[in-house]
Amino acid sequence: MKPNAFEYFAPSTVKEAVGLLEKYEDEAKILAGGQSLVPIMNFRLGRPEVLLDINGIKDLDYIKEEGEALFIGALTRERDLELSPLVKEKCPILAEAVSFIGHVPIRNRGTIGGSLVHADPSSELPTVICCLNGEMKVVGPSGERALAPEEFFLTYLTTSLEPSEILVEVRILTLPKNTAWSFVELTRRSGDFAIVGVATLLFMEDDGVCREARIALGGVAPTPIRAEEAEELLSGQVITEELIKKAGAEAAEATETEPDYHASAEYRKDMARVFVQRGLHEALSRFKGGK
Amino acid sequence: MAERRRIMVKVNGVQYEREVEPRRLLVDFLRDDLELIGTHVGCEHGICGSCTVLFNGRAARSCLMFAVQANGAEVMTVEGLAEDGKLHPIQEAFREHHGLQCGFCTSGMLMASYEFLQDNPDPTEEEVRRSISGVLCRCTGYKQVIDSVMAAAAEMKGR
Repeated sequence: MKPNAFEYFAPSTVKEAVGLLEKYEDEAKILAGGQSLVPIMNFRLGRPEVLLDINGIKDLDYIKEEGEALFIGALTRERDLELSPLVKEKCPILAEAVSFIGHVPIRNRGTIGGSLVHADPSSELPTVICCLNGEMKVVGPSGERALAPEEFFLTYLTTSLEPSEILVEVRILTLPKNTAWSFVELTRRSGDFAIVGVATLLFMEDDGVCREARIALGGVAPTPIRAEEAEELLSGQVITEELIKKAGAEAAEATETEPDYHASAEYRKDMARVFVQRGLHEALSRFKGGK
Repeated sequence: MAERRRIMVKVNGVQYEREVEPRRLLVDFLRDDLELIGTHVGCEHGICGSCTVLFNGRAARSCLMFAVQANGAEVMTVEGLAEDGKLHPIQEAFREHHGLQCGFCTSGMLMASYEFLQDNPDPTEEEVRRSISGVLCRCTGYKQVIDSVMAAAAEMKGR
């Protein structure tokens, strides 16, 4: 099928985009990379009357480091995140997570902002940004605000953005040297959406104790979730095989899985357990290998 | 109907100026307006990869872009691979190694491989497998496609 007819605007500044959003509100959709929006339009699952193509807002495309943080413009392409030496050095889990998104041609177009705002709980960026405690900077008619993942993601394909607001930047903290990390996921084929995706960060002490653990899961609830009980279990501990087993079981309990075409609810839940364990193993073995 | 837009776009080195409806997909623009029918329309939702072209030098699904977005851009399609009637080494390798049967996915395979070999002129077979994972082929079982890309890499490196 083909998309419905729509009015097309190509604002060149955020201010102009917000002005148009204020005017058209729910009738308008923002076109960034288009890798989720255009399929939806091609199948007429979505029929926006107005499309705001923000690809011309060039100053939303950047990756920069300031202090202890990386600032990433919303229009930054996924492929640029994947290949950025700065991201690889300062936040390698982000580059790794992005490498699981679709295929190169998809990542060449898809943007960090578009993926986060689309808020598919089984996609990689929401999961990894949830693990990194990323901060989403949003601009609207009355100014800007910053949202934490738990404020930003509301449910399936839904964020707390107002109709006249636009996501402009994502801020993440750079990872200290002593960070063990991994991103693992279960898919039927390379490039598919994750049945389960797990992002793991372990902030380690010199004596081998894990000071703080963060585990985020995608594909197992209406939003990406943090496995808080599992994180508590691991924080302040030397991570043993027994703790890894327990953490997997705790994380599975935190899920709210539902059956779909790819997997039953029970299977998804059990895979959450397995992949949290795998994620911990991979994070620790990479960390030990890198020392 | 939404107002038509005038766009200027360079395709395979040729500058075109056309009027398009905003909803016109890039792939339909290439095929129906410019009559460059080497690019195929498969799934129309970015899964099959048959419509892959280079957009400003980077592989992209032309079914997931609107023609208006190509205003001022450079596009390369499968028709841009051969020079003066001589097949590109990647095309030559696909012919030599039976990298196609029905040919539906082939332009996507060729364009994805073209970008891939530019970035990675000396790939392993594993990397080649990954590089074509975004293009679905229902004929070959991929074996001959992989052989073709590996042979093309060797040939292009040797030149």
